[in-house]
Amino acid sequence: MVNRVVVGAHYGLKDWLAQRVTALVMAVYTLVMVVLLSVTGGGFDAWRGLMAHSFVRFITFIFVLSLCYHAWVGIRDIWMDYVKPTAIRLTLHVLTLLALVGYAGWTTQILWRL
Amino acid sequence: MSNRTLQFKIYRYDPDKDQKPYMQEIAVEVESTDRKLLDAMVKLKAKDDSIAFRRSCREGVCGSDAMNINGRNGLACLTDLTTFPEGKPIVLRPLPGLPVIRDLIVDMTQFFKQYHSIKPYLINNDPPPETERLQSPEDREELNGLYECILCACCSTSCPSFWWNPDKFVGPAGLLAAYRFIADTRDQATSERLDNLEDPYRLFRCHTIMNCVEACPKGLNPTKAIGKIKDMMVRRAV
Repeated sequence: MVNRVVVGAHYGLKDWLAQRVTALVMAVYTLVMVVLLSVTGGGFDAWRGLMAHSFVRFITFIFVLSLCYHAWVGIRDIWMDYVKPTAIRLTLHVLTLLALVGYAGWTTQILWRL
Repeated sequence: MSNRTLQFKIYRYDPDKDQKPYMQEIAVEVESTDRKLLDAMVKLKAKDDSIAFRRSCREGVCGSDAMNINGRNGLACLTDLTTFPEGKPIVLRPLPGLPVIRDLIVDMTQFFKQYHSIKPYLINNDPPPETERLQSPEDREELNGLYECILCACCSTSCPSFWWNPDKFVGPAGLLAAYRFIADTRDQATSERLDNLEDPYRLFRCHTIMNCVEACPKGLNPTKAIGKIKDMMVRRAV
């Protein structure tokens, strides 16, 4: 294979847009949680009481999904900038994806176990 | 203002003679009529003619004398000598991120390759009219702040994304030029131009840190143009 520079993957817009949308979701969630916690007060019981509502669980779930997608785009950007060999980069991409999917699953388990 | 002596620290590297680059300290006396950094550098060159730098129009139109001045990219011919603090040497280095040919002269091949990759010319397959292709004043207005780019490379060489991927990321200067043709109502290749940029490297390496805006000696805003390209892609996609 000739070592020519190849570009033109024709993706990027979707991820760029998703990164902005997920950032917005996380910002709104943070505001909502700050308000809710300032009303109920901190502490274990208050958190537990809050998470007993399925609505709060649901928005927390959405928040975690947003966080994972956002992190995926961001971390991948770092690998793309600094890791040049294709094989190593692909491995890192896969590991990042697996870790993030794992975290999402783990969070889901924690949320519905409460 | 009377005559005064300016201290310089200049990046020197001649690949034929030097093992590695070094900083040369040199002083030069300037007169009250010397207003710009380039004036002082011309005096410097008279004192030590081994110093190499590019210069041509000396009025901020050709973009030849772009360099790193006290850590910031700019044009020597537009930089006022009065802006330098007294008693501190003026540090001159070549534009960062590009291969050095000699002293302050860099190899701009990569930069111009990226510029050419966006097809910086009007694409219109209609037969040319008798006189000219007309635009409304409002449509023409959109090209202001885009066409003035002199391709000095101050912006692209201050962009970390361009430092890491100069072969794949178009860079602020190229993207500003790309939007200049995307925004032009006389151009017929808008969709192809957007296709050409819809790529994780070519356009989306820009993370909006705005070094380009700070560096531009012509006061242009590549970040804004890049934002408009992204807006158009979103409008096209949703």
